[in-house]
Amino acid sequence: MSIPVLFRSCASTALLLISAAAFAQISITEPWVRGTVPGMKATGAFMQIASKSDTRLVAAASPAAKVVEVHEMTMVDNVMRMREIKAIPVAAGKPVELRPGGFHVMLIDLVKPLEKGATVPITLTFEGRDGKRETVTVKAEVRELGAGAPKGHGSMHQAK
Amino acid sequence: MAGRLPIIDESSRAAPRRRLLIATGAAGLLVACGEQKKAAFNSIDVTGASFGQGFSLPDFNGQVRTLADYKGKVVALFFGFTLCPDACPTTLLKLSEVARSLGPDADRLQVVFITIDPERDTPELLKNYVPAFNPAFIGLRGTVEQTAEVAKTYKAYYNKVKGSTPASYTIDHSTFTYLYDPQGRLRLMARHEIDAGALAADVKALLRG
Repeated sequence: MSIPVLFRSCASTALLLISAAAFAQISITEPWVRGTVPGMKATGAFMQIASKSDTRLVAAASPAAKVVEVHEMTMVDNVMRMREIKAIPVAAGKPVELRPGGFHVMLIDLVKPLEKGATVPITLTFEGRDGKRETVTVKAEVRELGAGAPKGHGSMHQAK
Repeated sequence: MAGRLPIIDESSRAAPRRRLLIATGAAGLLVACGEQKKAAFNSIDVTGASFGQGFSLPDFNGQVRTLADYKGKVVALFFGFTLCPDACPTTLLKLSEVARSLGPDADRLQVVFITIDPERDTPELLKNYVPAFNPAFIGLRGTVEQTAEVAKTYKAYYNKVKGSTPASYTIDHSTFTYLYDPQGRLRLMARHEIDAGALAADVKALLRG
């Protein structure tokens, strides 16, 4: 029985290597969280997600919040709607931006207020086309409550 | 243009909706025929509107505030809630940029935030939240009933949407910012998409009178 055991161990090592490779295919840049003031129980987290293969962000978790959901904000007829969504699709080579006014990760039931300058770990779960899941943990920077989208984004399209 | 006036007179006997349509059409003609000597506002001009005529609600210190308290200032009013991840902080941030761009006239702009979520937005929370964008900004909070009533008088829409836990509901809501001139007349409604520069230009125009 020792050979099959050895084989199995090799196989799992190989699997680990494969998932490590897949891990490297997803890159997350500029993760940040909107800071809160005492009494605020929820806030949004934003970032850019790029992947070398098609994947989907299907779940998120953080020790800073009891409930973490993936949300989409839409504006229809001047009405803002926010909904939990099952997944944010990230196509290969087409980075997706989570930013104010669109997709975001919602941190609900915060353990404590998030002060500017702190960092919040967020673990994101992705599911590839093959159904395999992988997680990426980012350290999101807490920005001020009044922080906006990075320059060049957001509502800057109206020419003066 | 004088020949068109009877149409407007006649419209005063028509159904309110039709009257509005005819008035809008007439206004369009006036604009088309005018010499464009006055630049249009970036926001929607609602001068003469019958809705949004004022409010009477306690602020986060418990003091009842009315529109008349801010006579002589441009009032920028909008409805929101502190757990709103995007629209509300974006609007407050934009209004803080507008206030900054007014320089010495900054105290002639009063930003009023009316919470549509009095159940979760306690006065303490509002007191921490609203002035974080600008110390002069004020937050108002009525009872659930008062909130519904004031939103109705502004034709503002909001609707609670169930979340994964009883406390994690979110609220769909209209995102207009209502702008009053220093005489306390509702003049403009700014869309969410307007940028700080365009909004500041409208505020300055209202301050000039």
